[in-house]
Amino acid sequence: MSQHNLPNDRGRAINTGDVLAWLLLSVLGVFWLMPFLWMLSSSLKSLAEIYSFPPNLLPEQLQWWNYIDAWNAVPFARFFVNSVIVSVGTTAGVLLTSSMAGYSFSRLRYPGRDKLFLAYLATMMVPFPVLIIPLFILMGRVGLVDTLIGLILPAAFSAWGTFLMRQFMLSIPREVEEAARVDGASYWRIYAQIILPLCKPVIATLGIFTFLGSWNEFLWPLIMISSVQNKTLPLGLTMFQGQAAVETPWQLVMAAATFSILPVLVLFVLGQKYYVRGIATTGVKG
Amino acid sequence: MATSNSVETPVARSRSRGGLARGSAWRGVRRNETLAGYLFLLPNFAGFLVFSLIPIVAAFGLTFTDWNLIGERRFVGLENYRTLLADDLFWQTARNTLYYTFGAVPAGVFIAFWLALLLNRNMRGVVFFRTIFFLPHVTLTVAIALVWAWIYHPELGLINYGLERIGINGPRWLQSTTWAMPAIIVMSNWKGIGYAMLIFLAGLQAIPQDLLEAATIDGATWFQRLRHIVVPLLAPTTFFILVTSFIGAMQAFDQFYVMTQGGPAYSTTTLVMYIFQNGFQWFQMGYAATVAMVLFASIFAITALQWKFGQSWVYGNEGAE
Repeated sequence: MSQHNLPNDRGRAINTGDVLAWLLLSVLGVFWLMPFLWMLSSSLKSLAEIYSFPPNLLPEQLQWWNYIDAWNAVPFARFFVNSVIVSVGTTAGVLLTSSMAGYSFSRLRYPGRDKLFLAYLATMMVPFPVLIIPLFILMGRVGLVDTLIGLILPAAFSAWGTFLMRQFMLSIPREVEEAARVDGASYWRIYAQIILPLCKPVIATLGIFTFLGSWNEFLWPLIMISSVQNKTLPLGLTMFQGQAAVETPWQLVMAAATFSILPVLVLFVLGQKYYVRGIATTGVKG
Repeated sequence: MATSNSVETPVARSRSRGGLARGSAWRGVRRNETLAGYLFLLPNFAGFLVFSLIPIVAAFGLTFTDWNLIGERRFVGLENYRTLLADDLFWQTARNTLYYTFGAVPAGVFIAFWLALLLNRNMRGVVFFRTIFFLPHVTLTVAIALVWAWIYHPELGLINYGLERIGINGPRWLQSTTWAMPAIIVMSNWKGIGYAMLIFLAGLQAIPQDLLEAATIDGATWFQRLRHIVVPLLAPTTFFILVTSFIGAMQAFDQFYVMTQGGPAYSTTTLVMYIFQNGFQWFQMGYAATVAMVLFASIFAITALQWKFGQSWVYGNEGAE
């Protein structure tokens, strides 16, 4: 078993290396989870308990009601719906535009294709914060400031996603579409009915990445959104800060943090395989 | 890049066969394919034109203007750049950004490397541990920043409570000009290390096992194998992680905005936050664009520098193999 691994490759019946690693990792793991555990514990305390010192590690009495209070303190239901709309819209946009461009870059041949692809990759170099000023002005011109569409549109095109799609499509054997070509199928049909169904794994990878990225996005919504009914979840979370004049209701902040992290965790655990694969492939190949 | 050629060969063959048989029809197919190629690119390309290319040109143009978003746009030549050079606040935010970047990235990459080594084994429960260390990376930055703001709370926070238990009077963390930045660096590394760790793991798993086994048979110690096989073979991975982490750190914003709002006394105002403040709080669009251009140039320069050094470093080691 352990033969395949670096740190301890002298196989022994009882592997002391593994035992040590287990112990070390357990200690580190508990330490690493501490902020999450503290968030959970704090989210279930009463306000009085939050403001007592020294703090109890666990709540005296579980205040489940905090979650409902936090949910109603600011319109979180609205923020959730907005976040879902923006994340789903962005993901759909990225998947469509990236897979189309990836198809073009990988399976169609025309003059200048590879040069165009290189120029394309160069756009990945432009950091988003550099674009916020002109993008905001542009959004003002077309009347999309303070709209959800204004959040989706600029994010719906991804050079990285195109790169990912292209790399995957290159690995699909040419024979797959040969028969369809001979039958005179249109390129769109080949793309939609033959290539895309074969791309499910990479679609899952790109989809999860895009969704999580969009769900977490903060800077752009912060600039664009001014009215409460258009806020996304991250913006909503910050509303606690300015609100309380005297004492920040930390138990509610922690409850809100918990329920905004939850959907992301569920998605991550469900799609972990694809997420990890995405990091592994693009990470190593750069 | 190399892969594109390998795919083309069978097509080219079948093409020329068809071409011979059908003569001029072949050219029609070809033109058709060119058209289709561009059409499939169109949605993405239009998006890039409108949302990346034109804005970056516009941003450059804006640096020569003075504009408050509502009033008249005034051409001021190089005025913004002159202001920038004399702007103490700009230099402070630039220093803060460098402090953050060089404080967070090397330490984070170092820890991620050892964590990956520790997790690179066939052991019961190892996937569970990987998930634990990776979890912070996928969670909402804003939520995490709020949790850490609570942990760093000077009177009620977990950290100062722990410090008090061992007899240390903890600082006021996020409200201290000395400690706010280190506090945010720790939080950011806690959040980001899992990502670097996962890339390291992928790199580690690509190292040929027979190489390590051969070295073991030759009597190489664990440390020798690490130093002479693992570290050199991992150089491209390390390089990639360093470059992406540097680029990411230079653009840090979310946790700063939530935890300190750039304070106290601008001690945690990063360049991106300074762009944000100039543009959307003080409405100096021209000046904000100028700072953005400096950020762009710095990221570009750091990347180019790392490529220059990284190239010899990475390939030098590969040659030795």
